[in-house]
Amino acid sequence: MTAPTMTPYRSDAPPGRDGFAQLVRAEWTKFRTVRGWLIGTLIAALVTMGLGWFAGVGGSSSCSTGNGPARSGRSCAPTFTQGPGGEPVTDNFYFVRQPLAGNGSITVRVTSLTGQLPIMNNHLGNPNQQEQFRPGLQPWAKAGLIIKDGTAQGSAYAAIMVTGDHGVRFQSDYTQDTPGLPGAVSAASPRWLRLTRSGDTITGYDSADGTHWTQVGSARLNGLPKVAEAGLFATSPIYQSFTENFGGGSSGSEEPSTATGVFDQVGLSGSWPAGAWTGSYVGSGDYSPGIGSYRQSQGRFTVTGSGDIAPVVSGPSGPGGPVITIANLLIGTFAGLIALIVVATLFITAEYRRGLIRTTLAASPRRGRVLAAKAVVIGSASFVTGLVAAAGAVAVGEQIARSRQFIFPVSWATELRIVVGTAALIAVVAVLALAAGAMVRRSAAGVTLVIAIVVLPYFLAIIAALPDSVADWIVRLTPAAAFAVQQAVPAYPQVEAIYSPAGGYYPLPPWAGLLVLCGWAALALTAAIWLLRRRDA
Amino acid sequence: MPAALHAEWTKLRTVAGPAWLLAAVVTLTAAVSALTVQANRCPAGAVCAVDTTRLSLTGVQIGQAVVAVLAVLVISNEYSTGMIRVTLAAMPRRAVVLAAKAAVLSSLVLAAGVLAVAGSLLAGRLILPGHGFTPAHGFALLSPATPSVLRAAAGSVLYLALIALLSLGTATIVRDSAVAVGIVLGLLYLFPIVANVVGNASWHRHLEQIGPMTAGLAIQATTGLRSLPISPWAGLGVLAAWAAGALLVGGLLLRLRDA
Repeated sequence: MTAPTMTPYRSDAPPGRDGFAQLVRAEWTKFRTVRGWLIGTLIAALVTMGLGWFAGVGGSSSCSTGNGPARSGRSCAPTFTQGPGGEPVTDNFYFVRQPLAGNGSITVRVTSLTGQLPIMNNHLGNPNQQEQFRPGLQPWAKAGLIIKDGTAQGSAYAAIMVTGDHGVRFQSDYTQDTPGLPGAVSAASPRWLRLTRSGDTITGYDSADGTHWTQVGSARLNGLPKVAEAGLFATSPIYQSFTENFGGGSSGSEEPSTATGVFDQVGLSGSWPAGAWTGSYVGSGDYSPGIGSYRQSQGRFTVTGSGDIAPVVSGPSGPGGPVITIANLLIGTFAGLIALIVVATLFITAEYRRGLIRTTLAASPRRGRVLAAKAVVIGSASFVTGLVAAAGAVAVGEQIARSRQFIFPVSWATELRIVVGTAALIAVVAVLALAAGAMVRRSAAGVTLVIAIVVLPYFLAIIAALPDSVADWIVRLTPAAAFAVQQAVPAYPQVEAIYSPAGGYYPLPPWAGLLVLCGWAALALTAAIWLLRRRDA
Repeated sequence: MPAALHAEWTKLRTVAGPAWLLAAVVTLTAAVSALTVQANRCPAGAVCAVDTTRLSLTGVQIGQAVVAVLAVLVISNEYSTGMIRVTLAAMPRRAVVLAAKAAVLSSLVLAAGVLAVAGSLLAGRLILPGHGFTPAHGFALLSPATPSVLRAAAGSVLYLALIALLSLGTATIVRDSAVAVGIVLGLLYLFPIVANVVGNASWHRHLEQIGPMTAGLAIQATTGLRSLPISPWAGLGVLAAWAAGALLVGGLLLRLRDA
């Protein structure tokens, strides 16, 4: 009797491949075959777009501006002066001018810059109250020389000026600003200013003594006509008094201030055909009544003006009516984020709840790679969802909003940064949620944790009663810093304003903010992998 | 019903989670309130348009998130462990089960809420005078003897209980803890965030009138009542309607569906 030989069973099937790609494929299969998760992803995209469109409509039915009458329909769109780049600008100042035909230059000595500030009686828009003034100077009160493409508001210009607190500046086309000599101007220390035109190029010089000149800056004004307007100007921005900025509301009052510059030793070279000075106020400005005048005696000019020559920086409730930025159209990001946080957390916690995690880890014992594969899958799925949602919200929202509200124009590069940045933000938050879910292994705890560190800081910084200094730190340190990637309107240092998170201004540059979130996600993922390796599943 | 109440009380009492969460409600609410109060100052000579009562109760806006989690877990934990089938086998009258859960949960939250709100107001009373909010400056010392402060404090406690009921109802409807927490926190925080960017004044107002959190927290206002989107008690009524609606739908689904 011969013992039967037993051959061990060998499957005929070819051995399955392993490797990271297979792992990603396995996780992708899990993701796409759970109906609830797909529905959650779809909901994320839909609510993000829907709320964006809602924000786009948000000012249509009866938008009233300040204490003006309620208007409706197309006329709601506020009428902003637009600068050469299409950006909204303020262009109000008192202009003592002569035509300048072709090349030439103008030199002047400034011996004094003084001003008047309104006395704020906290009467908040009581029109019956007479304007009362006290001596004082706005930090960005300006007086100096300007060469401008006509007297129309929003036309191209280049100017060199003395300012209240910021020394000599050379500014052009509203957004450009270059510092010159520091220090305040007075009779004891006057400032000499010179502006020369050569073709389309305007160059500004300053000097403390009238003999040693330094070039401060130069600007090219494309399409400057042969005959431009040039001369002296003075202006002083709106004076804002804020009681306290609680809850993101600007509970303040705004009234005009004035600046007076005293000029002498006016020297002209080149072709100045008119031979005499004309004084007029540029712009009528619903915000600053055309305050301004000039006096000329024995070669001495005293020019007083009110207003500003600068970009408009106000946020959502800027002067003149409903103004929105592209960031407003992406407000639905929050709803989308919450939906995707739920999906991403469940992507791992559901495995724990059903016990599937043991099968997963038996099939792929290298646990770090499992979590990495999950992160790749949920990150890419969220990125695509976010990209579709953000692009849809912005593209359609802009169409909806265009006829109803004024959208701050931004360059296509900024628009692209905001849309792609939002998608990246959503993807990284999803990875963060996955990591949090892997750490706490419970759905409710994971979801709450991530919402608490992503959405609540934004809520606290922007809606709740925190002062701006605290809000600034919150959007620097917490994962909510990433919302900086949605900032649409740049903060201009040459415009005095409250650049707070509530107004849509973040302390960090866009990509740096996103990087803070990436840091949090990397930290959480590392901790999650460490815990996954260390603990029994 | 007493048996059902006793059963639910035993369930909550004998696991560690609810106790921790209730402790978190109290500490988080009081801590956030204290930090907010600490961060605000009214410099001498400045005009500060601050509702100090509301400021001292800021922590409720964060503490409510923990209340929501606790309330969601009360029912969704039963679904995730399968305990719900035992519960319903023992007490076949499903409406009674939900009512018992709501009663036990809301009394616990009310108790925790009293501590949380008292802690917040105490922090405000101790810190605010040192930050320029003095009686000489026009800010009376926070005291529950002031009718409006008492209304804000009692209302905040009720607010937390109503948030718990809204969360319980939502969790009964969706039966999954993660989804329920997502929905409740979304409902609470999205209204103020979206209203913030809607420029149209009347839309903004309507959003704040229907949002469970924006309407409900009107109960905390003691100054500037005219500029509120909704009057204090009506606001709390809106939140109560949300909670009642969620519980009603949840109760109905609990009866109609298999567990």
